[in-house]
Amino acid sequence: MPSTRSTQAEADASGPPRARRTGGPAPASGARAARPVRSRSARAAGLAGALLLLLAVLVLSLAVGAKPLSPAEAWDGLVHSGSGSHTVVHQMRLPRTLLGLLAGVALGLAGAVMQALTRNPLADPGLLGINAGASAAVVSAISFAGISSFAGFVWFAFAGAGVVAVLLYAVGGGHGATPARLALAGSALNAALFSYVNAVQLLDTASLDRMRFWTVGSLGAAQPSTVVRVAPFVAAGLVLALLLARPLNAMAMGEDAARSLGARPGRARIAAIAAVTLLCGSATAACGPVVFVGLMVPHLVRALTGPDLRWLLPYCAVLSPALMLGADVLGRVLVRPSELQVGIVMVVLGGPVFLYFVRRPRGRAAAA
Amino acid sequence: MSGGDPGRTQRFAVVRTPGGLSFRFRPRALAVSAVCLLVALGLGVVLIGSGDFPMAPADVVRTLAGRGSPADSLIVNEIRLPRVAAGLAVGAALGLAGAIFQSLVRNPLGSPDILGFTQGAATGVLAVIVLAGGGSAAVASGAAAGGIATGLLVYAAAGRGGAHGQRLVLVGIGVAAILTGVNGYLLTQADIIDAARAVLWLTGSLDGRDWADAAPVLAALAVLGPLVLVGCGRALRMLEMGDDAAHGLGVPIARARLIMLAAAVLLTSLAAAAAGPVSFVALTAPQLARRLTRTTGPNLLPAACMGAALLVAADWAAQRAFPGHQLPVGVVTGLLGGGYLVWLLVTERRTGRI
Repeated sequence: MPSTRSTQAEADASGPPRARRTGGPAPASGARAARPVRSRSARAAGLAGALLLLLAVLVLSLAVGAKPLSPAEAWDGLVHSGSGSHTVVHQMRLPRTLLGLLAGVALGLAGAVMQALTRNPLADPGLLGINAGASAAVVSAISFAGISSFAGFVWFAFAGAGVVAVLLYAVGGGHGATPARLALAGSALNAALFSYVNAVQLLDTASLDRMRFWTVGSLGAAQPSTVVRVAPFVAAGLVLALLLARPLNAMAMGEDAARSLGARPGRARIAAIAAVTLLCGSATAACGPVVFVGLMVPHLVRALTGPDLRWLLPYCAVLSPALMLGADVLGRVLVRPSELQVGIVMVVLGGPVFLYFVRRPRGRAAAA
Repeated sequence: MSGGDPGRTQRFAVVRTPGGLSFRFRPRALAVSAVCLLVALGLGVVLIGSGDFPMAPADVVRTLAGRGSPADSLIVNEIRLPRVAAGLAVGAALGLAGAIFQSLVRNPLGSPDILGFTQGAATGVLAVIVLAGGGSAAVASGAAAGGIATGLLVYAAAGRGGAHGQRLVLVGIGVAAILTGVNGYLLTQADIIDAARAVLWLTGSLDGRDWADAAPVLAALAVLGPLVLVGCGRALRMLEMGDDAAHGLGVPIARARLIMLAAAVLLTSLAAAAAGPVSFVALTAPQLARRLTRTTGPNLLPAACMGAALLVAADWAAQRAFPGHQLPVGVVTGLLGGGYLVWLLVTERRTGRI
């Protein structure tokens, strides 16, 4: 949380520079000039607080469910193989929790990188069709190739996510693409890919039963083996995304400025697309397409840290899984004894937030 | 948007009646409409003639004119004609609605599939199938109610004066995303038989359509078609130039927009009620029509005729594509439309219209 000193600094700076910021589509550089540079210690303290929050949600995710456990029982079940809650925790809640953690990290970082890369505040892997690309590829793998294990279809998911990421960037990235244009292009791709997914489901009713749960985005069927297999991909994406913080920061000031600062925009762009592909592909393969995590968390974090990606990305990596797991826990509680899939809770939470971004004055300025 | 080639002049023809009335129209647009209509009707005749009991086109025409054998007459008038009529009407309604949406949001991608209206219709249907297990009449009214409710929701969420291009697009996309999630949830709540039925409906199909399915969308076309073409075509053309220009030319912007939005939502919803949310016809028909007429502006009539031709052609292809399999028409429009969309995204990018 910000110290007194930094809030004071913000109060000082909230006059004219803020007005300047509302002027345009606000590349991060403009916003950075306006925002006070918060002290390193305040941001570090905030990050520590976020970690604590994540920890609390992790405990909740282990404890809440059809058989409610106290935090102590959950801990007991986690570490003592003899305890009564051991089976529940180890067989069901731990894989689910870890998968939510990994998928949350992946989706949040992917959203943050996409927003920086496209300079588009509305970018989200779900809204822009990247998850749909992975879904279409996974559904094809399930239906045509008979592949049903995560290890088998994760490569399809990467291929699908990668193709859409490249296509989207070719279409909507670069100069002259307004957020509305990019969002339109993305949701058009979404429509095309999901109509393909529908068609495949229709031709193959045997797979429909499995696919209809997967295509809403769910952590419920988490397997320990999936967690083990998805972890390296998410880790690789995480490292790549964090390495991109500096070059993407530079690119926010424009390609020429970035070049003169020694960044190589071409290489950074390719690396960013690779990171988004890795992150979205693995998250989608593991738990189906989940929308809005990558939209909400970076927005929230930007309000806390400002647009500097060196802080934004770590915050996102901590808060996105907190949101993802929080939504999952909420889904387990809301409609007991049944449960709402995490993708659906996220839509219900994220949709109104999206509409809020669209409607507030700055969103409108950015969309114009 | 509405690009068009600046080098090309748009030629108008004017007809004056002795009574002092005059009509202005573009001969090329009219010719394109006529050709599309002929293609649509011709394909319709072919479609009526094909099936397990094949008939020559000449026989079909003779039967339609009321001079066929009783057996032919039964097959044509009772079984195959309603399906083809539903296809023609749904295609025309989607083409017209798509043209209106694309003009209103000033973007070639602004079709009802993308702005949430078809998702809303789908929500209505899924609710009926999953929660109430209703029959086909209930499904159709569910679709219409869902689509119209979504229209109201988007209009309200866009806010006062917010129904202009970009904001309407973004609100529509947000609502579409929410409804997609809701639809997915409803699908998981169904038992597997209802789920299969719902997915079939969600894809868009003309199988087994009778006059009761075709009637509402035919009626809507008969009422709203002339209203939109005559009453709003001009206002729409002005609105494409921008709100300020349109206002300066005396267009009552807010009212014209509301009427057209309502008409387009109604057409979309009733089309979805008749055949399910057939994807991409509303997106592609106006675009293809615009390319053929080579004129800017909404091209309402050519888009409607093109939509009818596209849908009937797709239905014909769907019945022929995999021998032994009868695909629903929505699979064909989805696959072709998806390919077309990618091409559109890539080429339109250069002209900066998307």
